[in-house]
Amino acid sequence: MHGLINRSLQCFLRDTYGPQAWGTISRDAGLGFDSFEAMLAYDATLTEDVIRAAMRHLDRPRETMLEDLGTYLVSHPNVEALRRLLRFGGVTFVDFLHSLEDLPGRGRMAVPDLDLPNLTLVGDGDDQFRLSCSNSVNGIGFVMLGLLRAMADDYGTLVLLEHQGFSNQAEMISIQILEESFAVGRRFDLAARLG
Amino acid sequence: MDGSLVNADIELSVSALDQLMPMHLWVSADGLIVSAGPTLAKLFPQTNMRAHRLLDLFEIRRPGGVLDISDLAAHAGQRLYLGLRGCALPPLRGIALLPANGQGFLLNLSFGIGVVEAVRHHQLTDADFAPTDLAVELLYLVEAKSAVMDELRNLNLRLQGAKVAAEVQALTDTLTGLRNRRALDHDLSSLLQQIRPFSLMHIDLDYFKAVNDTLGHAAGDHVLREVAKVLSAETRDGDTVARVGGDEFVIVLPALADTAKLDQIALRIIARLSVPMEFDGKVCQIAASIGMTLSTHYARPDAEQMLSDADQALYASKRAGRAQATLFSTELGAQ
Repeated sequence: MHGLINRSLQCFLRDTYGPQAWGTISRDAGLGFDSFEAMLAYDATLTEDVIRAAMRHLDRPRETMLEDLGTYLVSHPNVEALRRLLRFGGVTFVDFLHSLEDLPGRGRMAVPDLDLPNLTLVGDGDDQFRLSCSNSVNGIGFVMLGLLRAMADDYGTLVLLEHQGFSNQAEMISIQILEESFAVGRRFDLAARLG
Repeated sequence: MDGSLVNADIELSVSALDQLMPMHLWVSADGLIVSAGPTLAKLFPQTNMRAHRLLDLFEIRRPGGVLDISDLAAHAGQRLYLGLRGCALPPLRGIALLPANGQGFLLNLSFGIGVVEAVRHHQLTDADFAPTDLAVELLYLVEAKSAVMDELRNLNLRLQGAKVAAEVQALTDTLTGLRNRRALDHDLSSLLQQIRPFSLMHIDLDYFKAVNDTLGHAAGDHVLREVAKVLSAETRDGDTVARVGGDEFVIVLPALADTAKLDQIALRIIARLSVPMEFDGKVCQIAASIGMTLSTHYARPDAEQMLSDADQALYASKRAGRAQATLFSTELGAQ
C-alpha cells in the first residue's frame, strides 16, 4: 500500500487520539518503526494490521473508525491540501460527485504509483446517486461515506448518505441531494495556496 | 456593436463567442477592439477595452515586427505571444484569424504557462475558463505536484539527517568520541588530494596495559577518555585526532610544517599525559611516546608511507626510553 495512504491513516489516528495512542497502535501492529513515510511503498498487509490494532486499542468498530477517517481527510487543517485537491473536481457538490470517477486518474497524475479506490457513480434521477467503491481496504465505503459527508459540508450542500453494504465485491453508497445550496460552503480559491 | 460574425458555414453571436472563447478579441481592420471575452476583460478591470486599440493594450512579442495592425494579417493562423502593456505577467498566447467576411481579426487567447500567476493575480474562478480549457487541471496538477514535492523534500531532509548521523557514527570512535581509523584515512586522503602540507603524529601510550591489568577495564576506559580530552585540548579545531588502536592515536595537523612547533606540541602532550590521573580513588600513571613526520619531507607524500614512517619514529622514541618525541628522518629510515 502506498505510503500516502498509510500516512493518512497514521495522521488521522495521531491527530484524533493523540501521539501516545498512535505509539501504542503502531507497536501493537508490529510496524517496527514510528512513522510511515508518505513517499515510500509499504507491504499491503501493514494497512490492515494498523486498522486492526487501532480497533482493538480504541475499542471502536471498523465502520465508524473508517468513516471518521474519511471525515478527517477533508476537514482537518493538517490535511488541507487534500481538501483543496478534491475541490478541483467541481464547482458544485454534484459536479464533484461526477468527478469522483476520475479520482484514481487524477491521483496517478500526481503520484504515478498511487492506488486510489475505483469509484463508479450511477444516477438514479436528478438528486439521487449510487456510488460503488472498490479497493483492497475492506470498509473503503465507510471512508468514502465520511469523506462525502465532509465534502457536502464543504460545498454547503445538504445530503443524505447511506452505506448499503456490498454488491459485486464493491461497497455501495446511496447519495440523496436534499438541498444543493443549503448553507454557505467553504471558500475555494483556485490558486490560494500557491506562491 | 453586438453584431454577428458570419462565415460561409457558421454564424455565432458575440455572446456565444463569450461562452465558447471567454478570452477572445474581435478587432476591426483598423485595429480597434470591437468585443473582448469576459475573462480577458477581467485583465483590464479599470478599462473599457472597446474604447482602445489592440496595440495600445497589447504588445505582440512574437512574431516580431508587428508594430501596426496591418502587419498582423501576415501572421494570421500562426501562434502569437501577446504581452500586456504595463504588466509583468508572462505573455498570453493565441492565434489570430481573418474571418471571411472581412470584419477585421478574431483572436483567441490563453494564459499559457502564466496561468497560475494569472489566476491568482486576477482572482479567476472555474467559471472564467471554457469547459474545454485544461487550466483548472493544470492548477490541480501544479498544486498536487507541490504537495508531493513538499513531502519528498521532507523525506529528503529526514534521510539527509539520518545519513549525517550515520556518517558521524561511522567515523567516530564510540569510547572516546575521537575520529576512528576510517575517518583518519578519509581526512588523510583529502589532504593529500588538496596537496596541502601537513604533519602527522603517531602516539602510543606507555604503561597503559599495566593500568588495564591492575585497575581493570573501567580504569583503562577512563584513561583513554582523559587522553582524548588532552589530545583535543592540545590541538586546533581543524586537526584530526583519531584513535586507531587500543592505546594508539594519530593526529594530523594541516598547514603545519614547522618542526619546532610540532616538537612543542608533542612535548606538551607528553607532559600532560605524564601527569597521574585518578580513577575511583586510585592513581593511573601512564606516559606517551610520539613519532612524527611531515608531508614536506616527501617528493610525493603517501598516507601509508607517512604512517609507517611515523610509526618507525615512534619506536625510536620507545627505544630511547619512552615519554619522548622523535621526528622521522631518512637516517632513521635507513636504520
